[in-house]
Amino acid sequence: MPTPIIKVDAISKSFGAFKVLDGLSMQVMPGEKLALIGPSGSGKTTILRILMTLEKIDGGHIQVDGEQLYHMERNGQLLAADERHLARMRQKIGMVFQLFNLFPHKCVMDNVTLAPMLTKGVARAAAEKRAMELLDMVGLADKAKAMPAQLSGGQKQRVAIARALALSPKIMLFDEVTSALDPELVEEVLNVMRKLAAETDMTMLLVTHEMGFAHDFADRVLFFDRGRIVEEGKPDEIFRHPKQERTQSFLKKIIAAGHRV
Amino acid sequence: MSRLPRTTANDRKFYTQMTGYLGLILQGALVTIELTLMGSVLALIMAFLAGMGRVSRFFILRAIATVYIEFFRGTSIFVQLFWVYFVLPFAGLSLTPLQAGVLALGLNVGAYAAEVVRGAILSVGREQYEACTALNLGRWQGMRHVILPQALLVMLPTFGNNAIELLKATSVVSLISLADLTFQAQVVRSQTGSTLMPFVSVLVIYFALALIISWGVRTLERRMARGLDGVRV
Repeated sequence: MPTPIIKVDAISKSFGAFKVLDGLSMQVMPGEKLALIGPSGSGKTTILRILMTLEKIDGGHIQVDGEQLYHMERNGQLLAADERHLARMRQKIGMVFQLFNLFPHKCVMDNVTLAPMLTKGVARAAAEKRAMELLDMVGLADKAKAMPAQLSGGQKQRVAIARALALSPKIMLFDEVTSALDPELVEEVLNVMRKLAAETDMTMLLVTHEMGFAHDFADRVLFFDRGRIVEEGKPDEIFRHPKQERTQSFLKKIIAAGHRV
Repeated sequence: MSRLPRTTANDRKFYTQMTGYLGLILQGALVTIELTLMGSVLALIMAFLAGMGRVSRFFILRAIATVYIEFFRGTSIFVQLFWVYFVLPFAGLSLTPLQAGVLALGLNVGAYAAEVVRGAILSVGREQYEACTALNLGRWQGMRHVILPQALLVMLPTFGNNAIELLKATSVVSLISLADLTFQAQVVRSQTGSTLMPFVSVLVIYFALALIISWGVRTLERRMARGLDGVRV
């Protein structure tokens, strides 16, 4: 049996008095497509942000690609990771945000090439060649010289995906990437993700409210509530035959709100 | 008939005198411009050093920056100039009036501008910092390529104000006998007994210089904002 690429072990995290994650454990296999669903405040976005080192953890351990994420092993002892260790670990992970977070002062091409050139020392010509391939993949080769403000939300999000891919991460995190989009623009972003899933063996974790997409896309669905995983399983099990009452009532609400499953 | 040639000679003398005096004032204007430019460069350097020091993660840098800013904002430019010019020599550091003027003006205005730099850096949204982390940019890389370019646009209008403040503050150097615009106006006034001519001249010149700064900063702002709103490219 292959070893998991992500091993989350008893992670806890509080914001003030509010416990977001309460001893959360989970494992992700290489190449697995995972959908994280659940009510807001259930901790699904927080675990993504923790994996991207955007939040510190209060307790527990995380292993990514065989190495500790927040700890370093020195002489058999586990120490808190320093910035250098974190920087090395971040190379394995890419993230796409709900609000795109593009750099507004840089054109599409520069948004995509900036990080490879700065963090990996890729020459400009090579970085631009790779960026054009990626922009072509997300269907935006003709927008290379455009500024982010000239793009629609769906186009911005596709640029953000290309930008994250430019660093060739092994793991991609998608945090509600279609939540801020007009309904008619959602599909173009989802199509890019389908293509990505079909053409690469990247491990993908997505937090989403698009239940229909989660159902078709994911190998496994995790249902979060109050900082814990309440139920997990194949999409059909979770969406068609949820066992836990919490899951059932959540899905009922979502469907009542007009989301397609 | 015989009075006419005499009057002409007087007129001629009056004109030569007046152009001579105007020349003095223009010389003073050059000194003022020189002070403003060099003072602004120093102020800009201090502003970035101290402003970025204020947002540093190192306590010692934050402390040094805070002390500098509070000290130079909290004491008057007159006193600072006198210290630089009259007290520093006792510590073995003698400066020319111009050097002293640039140093005092740059340090003083730099302290104000440092708060502008700090505010502008903090005004860049958290999501931009997070994008930097997610793309694995180092702190300095993110600052240099992502945060500062966006913050600069926020700083510019207030930098314009600071530069105009600095221009007007240059007149204090007349107190350490540097022949700037204000100093020369006083000279002309005491030599001619005319108050209107020198003071109207310096008023117009200060105003014109301030206008040039405003216009320059606005042009720079427009150029830098190009493309950010998706309309002008």
